[in-house]
Amino acid sequence: MTALLQTHALTAFYGDAQALFGIDFEVHQGEMVAIIGANGAGKSTFMKALTGLVSTQRQQISWKGQAIGGLAPSDIVKRGIALVPEGRRLFPSLNVEENLLMGASAGRKGEWNLQRVFELFPILKEKRLQPSTSLSGGQQQMVAIGRALMSNPAVLLCDELSLGLAPIVIKEIYAAMPLICAQGMTAVIVEQDVSKAKEVSSRLYCFQEGQVSLHGTSSSLTQEQISKAYFGMPDAHAAVGGDA
Amino acid sequence: MDMLLQTVLQGALLGGLYCLFALGLSLMYGVMRLTNTAQGDFILLGSFTAIAVIAGLKILAPENMWLPLLLSPLLLIVAFGFGYVLQRQVLNKVLGKDPLPSLVVTFGLSIVIQNLLLEVFSADPRSIESAGLNTASLQIPGGITLGVLPVLILFLAITTTFGLQWMFNHTALGRGFRAVSDDLEIAQLMGLNAKRLYAYATGIAFMLITMAGVLQGMRTTVSPSDGPMLLLFAFEAVIIGGMGSFWGTLAGALLLGMTQQIGFRFDPGWGIWFGHIVFLLLLLVRPQGLFPKTVG
Repeated sequence: MTALLQTHALTAFYGDAQALFGIDFEVHQGEMVAIIGANGAGKSTFMKALTGLVSTQRQQISWKGQAIGGLAPSDIVKRGIALVPEGRRLFPSLNVEENLLMGASAGRKGEWNLQRVFELFPILKEKRLQPSTSLSGGQQQMVAIGRALMSNPAVLLCDELSLGLAPIVIKEIYAAMPLICAQGMTAVIVEQDVSKAKEVSSRLYCFQEGQVSLHGTSSSLTQEQISKAYFGMPDAHAAVGGDA
Repeated sequence: MDMLLQTVLQGALLGGLYCLFALGLSLMYGVMRLTNTAQGDFILLGSFTAIAVIAGLKILAPENMWLPLLLSPLLLIVAFGFGYVLQRQVLNKVLGKDPLPSLVVTFGLSIVIQNLLLEVFSADPRSIESAGLNTASLQIPGGITLGVLPVLILFLAITTTFGLQWMFNHTALGRGFRAVSDDLEIAQLMGLNAKRLYAYATGIAFMLITMAGVLQGMRTTVSPSDGPMLLLFAFEAVIIGGMGSFWGTLAGALLLGMTQQIGFRFDPGWGIWFGHIVFLLLLLVRPQGLFPKTVG
């Protein structure tokens, strides 16, 4: 079975500095894969490379067996890869509904539309005509997720969904994930909270200094293995699960 | 009192023209942060194109004086196409985080156009014949007389401003313009083609520019060296109003027009200088302009 999305020794730069040093990664249809790693491990650059925001070599990323590395972001989203960017990055001069509609710009057909997003996050329907900036952090995150879903992606990439949110809000956001994936959506989530990442994913990658330091089935990885891969120290038991 | 009212009204009418000078600049800056320093010269290019077309029509169809009016929508379509191609072939290539390349290119275009017009049309001031429209006037109560053409120009300025703002707020194209203006990276991530959107914006800006050029040519005389002065008025209107807001641009243009008119009332040499003074004072007191919208 070929992977849906795959990288081959992916290298990429963050500004002038090299951030990724040969990442081999794959995700299969219907899978939920988590990526963990400390700040600066290259997780966000990886997400940007997958979506074309950071340039890479053509052969380094393949989508359904086709080389797509370094294509324009607008080409990549049309193929079915959508990103919920770190820090949400809603359009401040657009209201909630307009932000969601922007997600549909790629013109992909599918089950996701305004109606479905409002069913998933009813609060957004109530606030649909409000400026996106007037929403709480959690609600803004819902808009960002909804906006990505509006493109009817085959793979949903989520970069740090829980960043800056209260634990109760994070719980609410993650509660939506099974609903999103119910129809066989494939998802890749970047998450700083290791226990959360383990809990929601079937497989897990740990990045360290731009390389994959560990990967495997989430349930089979031990805390010890993870903390070693996360911090690069053999003796970091205590720190596992922290928000590094 | 009537004198003051008359002055303010004349100023508002002048401001209507400045608004049309400025809307294209405001649009291009708002959507892509590009400052078109050739704005004034493009306005003149519009005026002189109209002058040349009318002269040509006079030879081809001397008895049909309504033909130019009938052809003016065609001129606007050509202007849109010109702007679209200019953006696609030239300006898109110099846009980026650094504002300098696009400034240099539009500055270069300004010099090229100015000299081209000088070469083709000589330095003589010319105007566009409007079959008496430019001298027609109407009496309003209070013994005040207003020119028909300036009133028409102000009306066009207000409707154009309204139309642009409506398009920005209520259409998919306007939503796209706001999105690329807000966050280019994310807009592209959503599948928007920013370069094409920029070309649409410039196309629309050139329709406005051409309209301004034709009306300027009808209202007064134009000469190839007028460009920088027109640019200055457009700049002042946009900056007084605040970047990125069309209603702001209209307000800024009206304020500039009125200020100049009041200055003219004191001394014919003071009008434009008065406008600059008020502009500078406003920059000191409220550098973001009256109604700023665009950030960064």
